[in-house]
Amino acid sequence: MNKALKYSISAAVAAVVGLSASAWAAELTVVSWGGAYTKSQVKAYHEPFTAKTGVKINSEDYSGGLAEVKAQVESKNVKWDIVDVELSDAVRGCDEGLLETIDPAILPPAPDGTPAAKDFIDGALSDCAVANIVWSTIYAYDKTKFPNNAPKTMADFFNVKDFPGKRGMRKGPKPNLEFALMADGVAPGDVYKMLATPAGVDRAFAKLDSIKDSVVWWEAGAQPPQLLADGEVAMTTAYNGRIFGAVASENKPFEIVWDGQILDLDLFVIPKGAPNKKEALEFIAFATDTQRLADQAKYISYGPARKSSGPLVGKFQDGKIDMAPHMPTAADNMKVALLNDFAFWADYQDELNERFTAWLAK
Amino acid sequence: MVDTALNTTSVADGLLTDDGKSLKAKLALATRRNKLRAFLLVAPLLVFILVTFLWPIGVMLYRSVYSPNFGETFYRTAIAIKDWDGKDLPSEDVFAAFVADLVQAKKDRTIGKAGTRINYEISGARSLFTSSARKAKKLEPPYKEALIGVKEQWGERNLWSTIKRLTGSYTASFYLASLDRRYNKDNQIVTQPEERQIYLPLFLRTFWIGGLVMVFCIILGYPIAYLLSILPLRTSNLLMIMVLLPFWTSLLVRTTAWIAILQREGIVNDVLVFLRIISDENRIQMIYNQAGTIIAMTHILLPFMVLPLYSVMKTIPPSYMRAARSLGATQFTAFTRVYMPQTLPGVGAGSVLVFILAIGYYITPALVGGRTGTLISNVIAGHMQKSLNWGLAAALGSLLLASVLVLYWLYNKIVGVDKMKFG
Repeated sequence: MNKALKYSISAAVAAVVGLSASAWAAELTVVSWGGAYTKSQVKAYHEPFTAKTGVKINSEDYSGGLAEVKAQVESKNVKWDIVDVELSDAVRGCDEGLLETIDPAILPPAPDGTPAAKDFIDGALSDCAVANIVWSTIYAYDKTKFPNNAPKTMADFFNVKDFPGKRGMRKGPKPNLEFALMADGVAPGDVYKMLATPAGVDRAFAKLDSIKDSVVWWEAGAQPPQLLADGEVAMTTAYNGRIFGAVASENKPFEIVWDGQILDLDLFVIPKGAPNKKEALEFIAFATDTQRLADQAKYISYGPARKSSGPLVGKFQDGKIDMAPHMPTAADNMKVALLNDFAFWADYQDELNERFTAWLAK
Repeated sequence: MVDTALNTTSVADGLLTDDGKSLKAKLALATRRNKLRAFLLVAPLLVFILVTFLWPIGVMLYRSVYSPNFGETFYRTAIAIKDWDGKDLPSEDVFAAFVADLVQAKKDRTIGKAGTRINYEISGARSLFTSSARKAKKLEPPYKEALIGVKEQWGERNLWSTIKRLTGSYTASFYLASLDRRYNKDNQIVTQPEERQIYLPLFLRTFWIGGLVMVFCIILGYPIAYLLSILPLRTSNLLMIMVLLPFWTSLLVRTTAWIAILQREGIVNDVLVFLRIISDENRIQMIYNQAGTIIAMTHILLPFMVLPLYSVMKTIPPSYMRAARSLGATQFTAFTRVYMPQTLPGVGAGSVLVFILAIGYYITPALVGGRTGTLISNVIAGHMQKSLNWGLAAALGSLLLASVLVLYWLYNKIVGVDKMKFG
């Protein structure tokens, strides 16, 4: 073998090794909920992160829940680096050892120097998760169906006499039981205390009984705006971002009622044994800094999980709609609001799910 | 004659081939080779079935009874609680072992998993375990009083009998839960309170809807298949395409098409309102309920009835019917006595196919089932994806599998599987 050949072969080998090494190191799989929500994350987090670090991001969709994470971790064949999950799943996944712990010290402080641990809103940081947005379940109605007397409170949602028409509700106990108690006059602060007692659960189901025959049940977040648009229901509970999207992008005549809204968080977690843990931590620190969280609100009406991001929230991507009043965390929207209690649901979801399913079938 | 025959065989034993081996051995070798070759030909399929079908089913059956993680985490308690008679609260030794396990589980981060396992049986146990584990390190003897001082639930006998039961690796509790049963505090099996009975009624509903869909498929599919089998080839081909076209369309597309047709503001209601048959306020609810599930599933499963029926009817010579008529039977008698009995193998095959597919149906009832039209498979999926109670999901799945096998066995007893004809 002559020398030139030898060199070219070793160069080729080096190139291949180098390429595969860089390809291996520079691809991050980020899994989220799809639709407008994933799009907002790609614009606000993924693209700037790739531009800054050169790490390519592979965006995948899923429909929530820990089933896939559990399957990957238990078979020791983890393919996902970062998953966007709900609060109750973040806590349960951490408890069950399915997630890596994340040290809040890696998160950058706010521009004014406030440490991350103080800058994030309450409950946004836990052992295994860092929140990026605050979203909420609200109810919305079709303005054309109520020209004179528009519903204003959670009690109106349960009042089919004065506000006739079908109702859309999520098929499951959460957060319908909370809505029912608030509509029945329970103060938001007492809702979970009451639901932990059998009498409270009975009271919630009794309230749901009063509109049971008028309810159309939905399961996926895309359904409620569709049900409203089709005239299938007059009002429906929904995720606030979906209703905002239908109004802002498709000019639908929908109106959100913020009274009795239930706030929840979406958080980033890393499945235990993720292939690129180092890059995943870097990504989370980058994506949840003050500016990035504020940027995301440009594309969807979910609130940033950092207090310092609030003042930086600007206009919708069309440059017209001012986003601040559409955030669930806006002061006007927070008058009667409830923060989802993940600990309560982690404890009682099995029992209440069973009871809800039995109630539905009757 | 007999003697000669016997002679020939005994001679064959002694016969040798060119290379000096016995003919018998040589023959056996050749058949063995052939058998091996045949086996190698089916081996890929066999391996495929083993890996993708039998193994997962085995794992599912195993998961429905095997649940070791509580006993592994609380191994000291498992040993200490063995001698407890279940009458009063366990002894101080048990409490001491338990507190030691709590401290360890907190350190190993296994407390959540163990607590979740108890939570399947007793709601609220998860947070009881996690919050007590946080304080366990600081507890001092006597541990019984100390632990009850942290949370008074530790003084409940029911909790301890559950703990004792779950320290074993194998459990029947998932099957009990699937049958709406549970253990009470004296370890007796009792029925769940009425507001929590869900699985048995759901199983019954699943079979009821599967049966209805099957009957509707027979009623609708029989005439179509008959028409297909007697029409001239050209027309029957066109009809066949109309049967097969929806069959080839995506399941999801067909289901959503039914939503567009049947919903309150959908085509059927619009037409009825336009014709003044119903008023605008009284539009009929045809979807998001049992009716919607039955309509959509009947449409989707219809080809599975039509195709076996058609292939059986195609083989029945028209001369039989003519012969019956010429022997004096009326059209009706000829049909019921001569034609229909010959189509029964096709009806049987189609019914078994449709019924078994129907009771395992998932996506259609999930989309159009609403409150009254969801099936057991939707609950199984819920336990897989949302509550992560895979043991319960496995037990429900195993029961569904077992009931299919029982029905198949019954069918074989009554009708005979050999009489079933797919074509």
